[in-house]
Order: sequence, then C-alpha cells, then structure tokens
Amino acid sequence: MPLDAKFDPATHHFRLVGTRPLRPDGYDKVVGRARFGADASAPGMLVGRILRSPHPHARIRAIDTARAAKLPGVKAIVTRDDFKDGDPSLKDVLVNVMARDKALYDGHAVAAVAATSASVARKALKLIRVDYEILPHVTDVDEAMKPGAPILHGDMRTENIEPAPKKASNVASRCEFGHGDPEQGFKQADVVIERRFKTEATHQGYIEPHACLASVGSDGQGELWVCTQGHYMVRNTCAALVGMDVSKLRVTASEIGGGFGGKTTVFIEPVALALSRKAGKPVKLVMSREEVFRASGPTSSASMTVKIGVTRHGRITGAHADIRFQGGAFAGSPIELGAMSAFACYDLEHVKAVGWDVVTNRPKQAAYRAPGAPMVAFAVESVLDELAHKIGMDPVELRLKNTAKEGTRSSYGPKYNRIGLAACLEAARRHPHYEAPLGPNQGRGIAAGFWFNFGGQTCVSLNVNIDGTVALAVGTPDIGGSRASMCMMAAEELGIEYDKVRAIVADTSSLGYNDISEGSRVTFSTGLATIAAARDAIGKLCARAAKIWGIAPEAVVWENGRARPAGPNAGDFAPLSLAEIAKTAAKTGGPIAGHHEVNADGAGVSFAVHLCDAEVDPETGRVTIKRYTVVQDAGKAIHPSYVEGQFQGGAAQGIGWALNEEYVYGRDGRLQNPGFLDYRIPVASDLPMIDTVIVEVPNPGHPYGVRGVGETSIVPPLAAIDKAKAGKKRR
Amino acid sequence: MVRVTTRINGDEVTFVCEPDETLLDVLRDRLNLTGAKEGCGTGDCGACSVTLDGRVVCSCLVLGAEAEGRQVGTVEGIARNGKLHPLQEKFLEFAALQCGVCTPGFLVAAKALLERNPDPTEAEIRFGLAGNLCRCTGYDKIVRAVQAAAAAMRKG
Ligand code: FES
Ligand code: FES
Repeated sequence: MPLDAKFDPATHHFRLVGTRPLRPDGYDKVVGRARFGADASAPGMLVGRILRSPHPHARIRAIDTARAAKLPGVKAIVTRDDFKDGDPSLKDVLVNVMARDKALYDGHAVAAVAATSASVARKALKLIRVDYEILPHVTDVDEAMKPGAPILHGDMRTENIEPAPKKASNVASRCEFGHGDPEQGFKQADVVIERRFKTEATHQGYIEPHACLASVGSDGQGELWVCTQGHYMVRNTCAALVGMDVSKLRVTASEIGGGFGGKTTVFIEPVALALSRKAGKPVKLVMSREEVFRASGPTSSASMTVKIGVTRHGRITGAHADIRFQGGAFAGSPIELGAMSAFACYDLEHVKAVGWDVVTNRPKQAAYRAPGAPMVAFAVESVLDELAHKIGMDPVELRLKNTAKEGTRSSYGPKYNRIGLAACLEAARRHPHYEAPLGPNQGRGIAAGFWFNFGGQTCVSLNVNIDGTVALAVGTPDIGGSRASMCMMAAEELGIEYDKVRAIVADTSSLGYNDISEGSRVTFSTGLATIAAARDAIGKLCARAAKIWGIAPEAVVWENGRARPAGPNAGDFAPLSLAEIAKTAAKTGGPIAGHHEVNADGAGVSFAVHLCDAEVDPETGRVTIKRYTVVQDAGKAIHPSYVEGQFQGGAAQGIGWALNEEYVYGRDGRLQNPGFLDYRIPVASDLPMIDTVIVEVPNPGHPYGVRGVGETSIVPPLAAIDKAKAGKKRR
Repeated sequence: MVRVTTRINGDEVTFVCEPDETLLDVLRDRLNLTGAKEGCGTGDCGACSVTLDGRVVCSCLVLGAEAEGRQVGTVEGIARNGKLHPLQEKFLEFAALQCGVCTPGFLVAAKALLERNPDPTEAEIRFGLAGNLCRCTGYDKIVRAVQAAAAAMRKG
C-alpha cells in the first residue's frame, strides 16, 4: 500500500501522527509490573542450566551424564543425542544450539540439565564428564584465511569462486557487487588513497539476558514464553528442531529488554523445550551475563581494504572495497549486507565491493543494528575524509558533490526512489554544531551512513469493541515503543482518540505469521498493515451505517470518526460515530473487525549524517565526546520521541564501539572479557546530550511516508568519532 | 535455610532462603517482586538496584539474609497508593525508556539521588546514575527526565 500520489505527508494535517502521547505499556514499566523474559514462573517449574565448552575447538569424544543423573533433584539431562538432524537449512542453528561432534568455540553448549533448584542444577553440571580432544583453534579473520589455518569444517568449500576449490578452507563464500570498472576510474583520479582497516567484534549488549519458560506435555503440546524479537520465528524453528507440529507450539513474546538484532535467532529455547518434554514439567532457562557474551551473537569482526579516487574538484571517479568478515563458527556473517552498503551513499560510475565470509572459533554472530554496515562505513567514510583533506575540500561538500539521489543507480544494483541523503547533508551543514568553535585538544568529525530497511510478512487484526474502543493485535514484538505508534496510526485512520486504541503483541496461536522485529521494519510494515486494517474496518463500519440507513454502502463516507451519507443524493441522515455503530453491531451483522495480511515491500532506504566533537587528553589519551548531533531521514516520524530515541541509542552504541567495546580473545582462544566490567558499554557519565534532527523525505512505499529508523544511527559513528579524535592534529 | 524478617516497601515480610541466596533472587523468586531485574549478577549493570536502609545497593551482591531487620525499598514501592512518583511521571513524559528493562533500577537510583541532592547538575545526575546501564536510550532522555522530576519536586 504505497503513498497516494495525491497525499503529501509534509503538508497534510495529521491529528495524532507527529505528536508525543504516552506509550500504552509505559505505566507497567515504571511501576515494575511489566513481565520480561525471566519474570514468568509456573507451578512445579524446574530450573535449567547449560554446560558449555571451555575450549575454543575440541572434538567431543564422549559425554558421560550418569553421575549427574543420579543426583537427587535432577529431572532431565539433554545432550547432542536428544537433537536429531532434520531440516538441512537449520543444521547450523541446531549445531549452535547443542554441539555435535565438535565444540567450535569457547562457550559452545554441550549438555543441559533441569533440576528442582538452581543449586542442584549447578552441582549436576559439575558431575557431567565430557571427554574432549583439544584441537588447534583460530579466532582472527585474517589468520583464519591463511593456508594452513586450523580448519573448522572439513566439508567447507568456498562458494562462488572459479574454479571451485577442491580443498576445505575457512572461507565459506565470496560475493561481489558493483558496476563499471574501478581500475579505469582510478586512472581518471587526481588523488587515490588506499587504506586497510580492522574492527573488532562487539556485542549488542541488551541489558536483559536471554530467558524463556518452556512447558511441553506428553500429549505433544507445548507453550513457550520467551524474550525474542520474533516469536513466530522461534515457534517455527523450535518446532522443527525438537520435532513438534507448528500448531502444537504456542509461543508468547514477553516484554523484551533490548535486542538490537541479537534476539533474532534461537539459543536456549529448543534446549528448554527438550528438557521440559523429557522431565514432563515446565523448565525455566535464563542465560547468565557471561553466557550472553560467550555464546550469543556478537557482531562479525572485520578486516577491510578500501581504495577511492577523486578529482581535484571532488568528483569520485572510482571506488573499491575488499571486505573480510568472520562470523564465528558458522557461515553466514552479514558480508553481503556489508559489501552492498559500502558505497551506497554515493552516485558512482565505477564501483566494486568484494566480500569474504569467514569462519573462526568464535560464537556464531547475530544481527546487530544495521548488520555489516558500521564497520564498512568506518573504512569508506575514513578514506573519503582523508581525500577531502587532501584536496582541501569541506567534507560535507565532497559528499554533497557525490551524493546519491532519486534515480541514482545504487552501488548494489537497484535505482533509488525518493531518498534523503542530500537533505541530511544540507541539514548537518546548516546545524549550529557544524560551525561552532572547538576548544583546546578538540576535533570534529562527520560521517554519513546508509541502511536498506526491510518490509516483510506482516499480519494485523483490529477489533471494534462494543463501547467504541478498539483492540489492535500485532505480531511484531515491541522493541522500542512501537505499540504507541500503532495506536496512533489506527486512531488517526479511524478518527478516534489515541487512548481508545489498545495494542497488544499477540501470541503465535492468536494471529497469523509475522516476520521478526528486525531490519527497521516494524513502524513501516506493521504500521502499513495497521493502516490497511483500519481502512478495512472503516469499510465495514460504513456498510453497517448504510444498512441502518437503508442506503447503498458506496453512498457512505467516513470522516472524522463518523459515517455520513456521501452527498445530498444519498439521503439526509445524522452521522453515526464509531461508538454508535459498534453499540448496535449485533443487530447489523455481528462483530466488526479489520484485517490485513501483506508481504510488504517498498521499505524505503534510510540515510543519516552524524557530527561529533571529541576531546583528547594529551597526557592520558583519553577521548571524551563533547558534542554529538544526529541528522537522519525518518520519512515521516510517527512518534518523534521514539524516533529521537532510536537516533540517540544507535549513536551511543556506535560511540561504545568506537571507543571502548571490543571482544578480546586470549591466545588460549577464550573470551577474556565476558562481563560488563571488562566489556564496557557507555555509561551516563561517558556521554553528552545527543542532539537530533529529524529530516522527513517521505517514503513513497508507505501510506504516511514512513521509513524505518532503527538501524542507520549506528552506521556513521565509528568514522565520525575517529575523525573527531584525529581532527585535532589536522586543524 | 535461614529465616529472615525484614521490611519491604514499608511492610513487614518474613521469608526463608538459602544462606548463599542473593536478595535479588529472594525478591524475584520467593516474594514475586520481579520489578528488580538481573542484568549481570555481578554488580555491573544496576538493573537490580534496591535501597537498603535508604542506600542504593545492587541486590545481586547482597545476601537475602542480610536484609534481617532492615528496610528494603524496591521499584514496586515507588508509586504510593496508585499515584506515580514525579520521576515515574517524567520518565513516561520524556520517553526515558525504550525497552524499559533498566527502568526499575534507574528509578530506584534516581529517587535516592534526588533525596540526597534535590537540585543536581547534569554532571551530578550523570555520575550519580553511572552505575546503571541503559543500552537503548543513550541516556539523553533519562537525564532530562530526572532534571524535570527534580524541578517538579522542588516546586512541591
Ligand atoms: S544484576 Fe545486579 S548489578 Fe547487574
Ligand atoms: S531502555 Fe532498554 S536498557 Fe534502558
């Protein structure tokens, strides 16, 4: 359902969209009543715990659980033997959930117990004997690519290279995007710069560890309560992994304490279900923080070579990137997204990005906010900044000269529709921050960022209640205030007050399939489906009014929350409000509901520009962020506070990535900093206020012009901060 | 097992727990007060913040047995008779929560901060709340909400 050509969101007077009402789930969250993953319990519940490999790479010769099983209070133990091979497309997920022949990283699950208490479960884990044959390991991406590196998977042959390799390697695949011929482009350049970059893996760092409560009966039916970004994905994946009918597993998404992409897969859920089935009792399984760091998804670490050429007048003539991502022990790093996004900000004739997907003895990476893009943007934006400096051009000017616009053929293929990068660059240049004087030892950095945004499968149901209120059921877990935005869009369409709509996240048995809350897709797709469901309901409300009046349904229009005859010929009837029609629904045909099911496309790409001032202590080298401004295109901001929140949160995560967050592996292949003390995410005293500018270039793919805003904000910070740190030297 | 008598949010409570059980586990698993969250279990995130005789502590680092004869304050006790505390109101108004899992800890810590210092500077708020991690907001809206609550409370 695209934007109507006659409808301009920039000038349309919205009643609710663009205002800042209180979120419907807010009260519960400030009084401590909201129920997150670990907050549920059930009668007779057991406590689950997972035994994890201390070795980065080891063959598992045998697992002896006999002594643990005899410990009083132990009710079930599961190992690899309890998880049978099934769907080949889920093999890696299964092996990641429970190790098979080998432990592939420090923290890989090898067994799990369910017991009557946490202390019994802990004791039981100590009684399980695992016979390991320790193998050589590799955790660095460049090392893993070298000939002679320890091989993780004997059957891995690099895909997409000619001739097809005969020997196993840690390189899962190669990919390539672009057009033209960069070599020819470099010949036309006055300055060509090539640089090599490395970035370490970071963790999403959600404050709520993974948690679930599983209950499976001997009748084969099960319930699962879980903190996840996608409970339908959890249902389908778990049903396949533990061998259940999809219809027999009902999954409820708890309130979710942060995800950022890290809760888009399964880790402990199939284990909890298997334990529960074996024990015949509910099992609660919660990861410790250490387990979160060691065994849930961090990002890829990256090694990158970027080469860009420009003319003296600031025209980019050629751009090339070679990008190596390790994504942990399994294929599937976000290398394609990284390579596709590398030069997406610019309008280029000669551009190419080559990517390599590499496996190492680290936990399987999971999506993290714009997966793959921040590190690649770091490399590309850094080289651009250096080029701007070299040719003596303002860095914003250089970007404006090459900015992608409507009609530009993107570096990854498709032509852009209406986009907002130029508008963001202009807004950044106009912002008082851009020209503000810098203090001693301070520098300023600027960088641009891109993200694709996604749509996807979405299903929404909207029920009109007897008192004229509306119950809205969506299937996308609310990871940052989306229920508020959905209520606003439904109320806007229906012409009723915001607080008359109540949105819930329905469980998997109550509403049709919904893709995961990821890819910045919720406000776009679920919003689009909510608007369409409201319009569906409006059609039915009009038909009921027509029936009451005894006129044709086409002769009724919906205006300001009321049905009224369309014109003088339709008859002279007093308008009927939604509440009035709802009250008599039983007499006019029964319940009134609107629905919409869609596989949404047209998500509309997103761009941002960040400005950062940093101060470097000349004695200690400590970097302090003094000022930070985020400029980003939201298409149309439904609830501006939560749009700003996404901008600020992404920037803060980027600041952490740039300054102090990093996965540190020792020579022993073990993670050295699996806790918040040593893996230090920014705290309040590390940051300044984060200023935001919401640019609104409507997305033609959404009825109100909405673009997703969740991810782009983590893309520019790495380069912006690095330049701000270095800027001091240059000025 | 030890038997402990304490006061939680003003009410007398008696519970039994293991000698090595944390106050956080007692609150959550035995008393069903799940407002305090476990984000780390090692004193690094502040999601489990409660007050013990008015002082903010990480309840994951306190034993349940240590609550004997003390006053425990949790997020569930901040609203009084169904009326929200100014901090709770301002957190909602300023959108100071995204996922909200850090919110209970921030509210407990911010309330104690404002009781000590009714007119804190931005830096005092930032350092006063530096023991509480929030991964969603970048702290901007949290700091503004605390400033606004402090102003509202000073007006009375
Ligand atoms: S759970 Fe207590 S400080 Fe994190
Ligand atoms: S709102 Fe999610 S951690 Fe603070």
